[in-house]
This record gives sequence, structure tokens and C-alpha cells, in this order.
Amino acid sequence: METENKNVQANRFPWSQVIGFLLSILLTFAAVWVGKITDLSYSQIAIIVFAIAFIQAAVQLFMFMHVTEGEQGKWQLGKMFSAAFFAIVIVAGSVWVMNSMH
Amino acid sequence: MVEFIKDNLILNDPMIVGANISILLTVIVLVFVLTYFKKWKWLWTEWITTVDHKRIGIMYIISALLMLFRGGVDALLMRAQLTVPNASFLSSQHYNEIFTTHGTIMILFMAMPFLLGLMNVVVPLQIGARDVAFPYLNNLSFWSFFFGAILFNISFVFGGSPDAGWTNYAPLAIEGSPGPGINYYLLGLQVSGIGTLLTGINFIVTIIKMRAPGMTLLRMPMFSWTTLITSFIIVFAFPILTVTLAMMTFDRLFGTHFFTLTAGGNPMLWANFFWLWGHPEVYIVVLPAFGIFSEVIATFSRKTLFGHKSMIISLVVISGLSFLVWVHHFYTMGGSANVNNIFSITTMAIAIPTGIKIFNWLGTLYKARIQFTAAMMWALAFIPTFVIGGVTGVMLGMAAADFQYHNTYFLIAHFHYTLIAGVVFACFAGFVYWYPKMFGHKMNEPIGKWAFWFFTIGFNVCFLPQFLLGFAGMPRRVYTYLPEDGWTALNVVSTIGAVGMGIGFVIIVYNVYYSLRHSKMETTGDSWNGRTLEWATATAVPPHYNFPVTPVVKDVDAFWQMKQEGTANKKDIEYEPIHMPNNTGTPFVMSIFFFIAGFGLVFEIWWMAILGIAGSFGCMIFRSLRSHVYDKGYYVSVEEIKRLEQPFHKEA
Repeated sequence: METENKNVQANRFPWSQVIGFLLSILLTFAAVWVGKITDLSYSQIAIIVFAIAFIQAAVQLFMFMHVTEGEQGKWQLGKMFSAAFFAIVIVAGSVWVMNSMH
Repeated sequence: MVEFIKDNLILNDPMIVGANISILLTVIVLVFVLTYFKKWKWLWTEWITTVDHKRIGIMYIISALLMLFRGGVDALLMRAQLTVPNASFLSSQHYNEIFTTHGTIMILFMAMPFLLGLMNVVVPLQIGARDVAFPYLNNLSFWSFFFGAILFNISFVFGGSPDAGWTNYAPLAIEGSPGPGINYYLLGLQVSGIGTLLTGINFIVTIIKMRAPGMTLLRMPMFSWTTLITSFIIVFAFPILTVTLAMMTFDRLFGTHFFTLTAGGNPMLWANFFWLWGHPEVYIVVLPAFGIFSEVIATFSRKTLFGHKSMIISLVVISGLSFLVWVHHFYTMGGSANVNNIFSITTMAIAIPTGIKIFNWLGTLYKARIQFTAAMMWALAFIPTFVIGGVTGVMLGMAAADFQYHNTYFLIAHFHYTLIAGVVFACFAGFVYWYPKMFGHKMNEPIGKWAFWFFTIGFNVCFLPQFLLGFAGMPRRVYTYLPEDGWTALNVVSTIGAVGMGIGFVIIVYNVYYSLRHSKMETTGDSWNGRTLEWATATAVPPHYNFPVTPVVKDVDAFWQMKQEGTANKKDIEYEPIHMPNNTGTPFVMSIFFFIAGFGLVFEIWWMAILGIAGSFGCMIFRSLRSHVYDKGYYVSVEEIKRLEQPFHKEA
């Protein structure tokens, strides 16, 4: 199954990789620009850089690491989304619960 | 060294001295028997190093039964102490230790290994696989669980048991409990947690990758489904426990301040993290139990499980919700109204998918020709008893009402109604049901029914009064009470029930012995006229490769469909050599090093801890260097397969 994918990939121009490459460079420079050149407040910078980082991670996963391809694609996506969901529940939930104790 | 042993060996309590002596005698007898019958090599090659999922499952179940005995003795000691007011059978410290070990052992070293054992025996067979995906890891899982359990269990004869409750709340567990007790809790759970996490990963991969051809996810039997979902919960929940235990270990051993009262620590954070793992843990034990009941009810109703798809959907919903309700264990800790409201709603929402399951079981039973076997009786008793547990759970889930119920015997009764009716009944049902698959003969049915009646009646007599005791205001975790409290009569009744449960357990153990002596050997693989693939093997105890030819699945009840079609147990099959994995001794050695590391950390003997950790890393390196040899495995020849596929062949 994996070999099939590779063959399909080899036969045509790797557009997704090129776009992913350009996007990665763009997003990296955007993060540098936001962090070094703009004069936003610290928390704003942190939020924007984090957002850019998550987009970049998604670009890497989808365009370079083939998470959706092959018979495992659905499982991988499902696991990643549920992992992200539970991570958010654990972190955000703990912060919320612990901060509303009195 | 001698000083160290003298300081920690507990000799001032007659009961513990008795336990010491009995442990010593048991070990001597075991060593003698093994040596006299020259069984050491057999033990090593056939069991300790085995990668056969069925044998690993049997070892899990034997350990779980031993732990059930230990936890049950704890329970009976507690009931003995509470029978009459002002009793002085146990001291308060001893009582604290006993309720702590009772809870921890029953959840982590009884319920989990029992279910993991049944999963190990059944799931690869049910999905038509030869073994689990990672047989080596499976062996490591068992041994790290086993040595974790031993580490936890030796606490009561050496150094003192943990005494802060199975929830181990800070700051009591940090600043309030000097001595090695809590360290035993932290390290014992840490070591056995490695095994549980590995099992979770193993079963996810096994079920996703190794199903027989034709077995789509929707055709997968319910027990395999619950195992899959449970494994997902394990993989998401157990890392929380690992990290939380590590944080408290650092607090106790290295002076950090995560959960301390002083220096900016937050004791409530422990409760938060503990229950972030703890609530999913409840579903880790109860979902496979639901799976067992589904199999047993379908088999003895002679019907396909009613609402197969809605069962799966409700499973998935329960697994998601299990991560969203943890605060209901500490409503009274002072959360805002918003927090308590939200978690009340998520908690009560769990009743919906669970209710769907209950109605599906009832739907399966409706108009069925029910066979009242011992396994089926456990399953039938489960439904009404578990509903009592579930309904009282909804009562406890309402935050406002919980301020009345919390920390009373009402809570105790509630969770015993869910965990005993849900999990223990399921363990017994599954044990009886799959017994011929493990040992080649059935358990004696009449004796099994006696055990059933003693246990279930005893259970209700024990725990129904505790609801009333809770209403009467009796708090949990008190070691005695006064005659003026007016709790005496109900406590006496409760203790009588506990004795009934104890008798039930003894009968079950006797039944194992009786059946070994007197039961007829099964002549086919299909002991109960079963519906799923584990019954499709030619022999009662499947050979180590399970199926000589991989079965092809066409329906939900794959084996039933084959029997209807007349394609089950075909003769004259062309066999081909089967590739199987090699046995392995490294996980056993690695787990001993885990044990040594854990023991060193418990008593803060640093050289021993470092030795243990280095040794376990050494085993990993050894495995990595030799994996090319191990991974080759070996082939079972066609002649061997033909010999093993004789229906009357008895597995050694």
C-alpha cells in the first residue's frame, strides 16, 4: 500500500510539497516578523506565534508527513484530533477548575 | 543491611506476623514442590517467558484471583472492625492502611488484571488473529504489572502500608505520612502502570491491524469493541497518572512543591489530576465488563446482540464523556457554581448512553429462550443491581445533593454497586464462560450456581444497608463509632452480607479444584454453542497459533453464521507452515530491575534505585541489539499442525 502511494507521488509534480515548503518559510518569517519587528504586547505576540506554530504543524503533517494517506489515514487523523481534544480538556479544564476554587 | 531489615519488618502486630509466617510457608512449599517435581524449567519455558496471549491471560487471571483474596481479606477485616461500636479489633492506623490497600488492590491489581487477562485470552481469538500485535511487549506488560503489584503488596509486612486512602490525597499523603508507605503506593502504581499502558497500545494495534479478512469494524464482536475503546481510554488516561505520580514522588523524595501546603504548592491540584485519570479509569474497568455481559447474554439468549450499532455508538460516547466529568469527585472542594453545574450536567449525561446499553441487553433477552447457566446468571443479576448503582450515581452527580451524600456510606454503597455488580460479576461471568477455552473443561455448574447465590445475596445484604447508613450520616473511612450513633444494627447486617460474599469466593476457588478433578474434558472447541470466532477452534484449548487457517468472516456472529452455512470445522484442509514469535526472557529480567529500582526509591536507597534503572535500560539495549534474532521467530510445521488439530488432543 505504501509503495503504491510512492509510485503515484513519483509520477507527477509534487505540488503539495512545494506549496508546503513555501508556506513553511512564509509562516516562519511571519512569526519572526511578529516577534521581532512589530510592537504588539507580549501576550498578543505569544498568541499569534502559537497560532502560526499550530498552522505550521498542520502544514507539515498534511503536506509532508502524509497523515491522511494510506489505509491508516483515518485512524491517524482521528487519533490526532481526539488527542488534541483531550489535551485541551486536561490543560484548559485544569486551569479553569483550579482557578475557580475559593 | 540487617539493621535495615530489622527496622522495617513489622513484628509488633500478631496478624501481620501471622501473614509473614504464612507467606514464608507458601514460598517454601512452592519452591519445594517446583524442585521436587523438577518443574523449574517448565515454569520458565512454558509460562514465564511465554508470548502466547492465552497463557499470559491465564497468568493475569491467577494474579487477579490472588489479589481478590488479599483485597477481600482486607474488606472482611474492615467489616469485622465495624460490626459493633467501639471495637478494638484494629487500631485506627491499621484500619487506615487496610482501607487504602483494599481500594488500591481491588481497582488496580484485581479488576484491571482480571479484565486484561480475559482480553488477552479472548480478543485475539475473537478477531481471528494468531497472537497480539506485539507479543514481546505483552509479556513485558504482564511482568511489570506483576512486579508492581508485588512491590505494593510487600508494604504491609515491610515498612508499613500506605494509609492515605486509594485516592492518596495531598497534603496528607505528603506532609502527613512519613515513612515508606506512600512511596510504596507511588512506585507500585508507577511500575504496574507501565504494563497497563503497553497493553493499551498493544490491543489498539492488534484490533486495528490484525482482524481476520471480512471482519469489518461493524462486524467485530462486542467484547473486542469494548477492548478497543478501553485501550484508547488507557492510552489517553494513564499518562496523566504516570506524570501525577511522578510529581508526588518528586515532592516526597526530592523536596519539590507541586502538591504541598507550603512554598506555593497546591494540594487540590492532586485531586484534580488524580481524578482526571481516575474517572476514565472507572470506565477502563467497566467497559470491558459490559463487553463480557454482551457476549454472555447473546450466547445464552441464542440471539444476535440487540442494537449492535447503538451499542458501539454508546460505547464511544461513554468513552468521550469519561474525560469530561472528573470534577464530580470533588464538588465540595469549593469550586464555583459554574464549575459544579457544568460537571453535574456532563455526569448525568453519562446515564443516557449507559441506559441505551441496558435497554439493548433487555432487548436481547426479550422473547429469547434463555439458558440459565452460571455465566448467564451472573449477567442477569448484573442488570438490576447495576441499575441501582447507576441511579444512585445520578443522585450523587447532582452537585447540590452531593453536598449531603459525599463522604458517607451512601457513596461507598453506590460505587460498590457499580464496581461489584458491574465489574466483579463480569469477571466471574467471563471466567466461567471462557473457562473451557482456557483449561479444556467447564466449571462445575451446580457449584458455580451455589457460588453465585452466596455472592449475589451476600453482596446485596452487605451493601443495601450501607445506603441507609449513609442517609443516617455514617462517614466513610472511620475506624469505629459510638453506640449512640445508632448505626449498629445496619452494620451487623452488612457484615453478615460480607461473610456471604467471602463464602461465595471460597466456593468459586473450590470449584476450580473440583472441576479440575471431576469435569469432563471438552471434545470440541465449541463448549456453549457459541456465536463468535473464539469457539471456532478444533480443540477446546486452542493451540498456540490459534487457527490453523485464518477464518473468513461474513457476518456479525461469524461462527454462528459458519455453523448455519455448514462451513464450520471443515475437514481436509491444506495446512501451511505458520510463522510464530519466539519466547523471551528479557521482559521478566527487566521487570525485576523495575522492582529493584522501585524498592530503592521507596526506601531512598539511591545505589539500589540507580542499579535498578540502569539494569532496566540495559535490558532495553540488550533487546535492541538482539531484536533481529528475536524477530525471526520460527515456523510450526504442517505435521505439528496436523497433530495439534486432533479434537481429542490434550494440550500439555
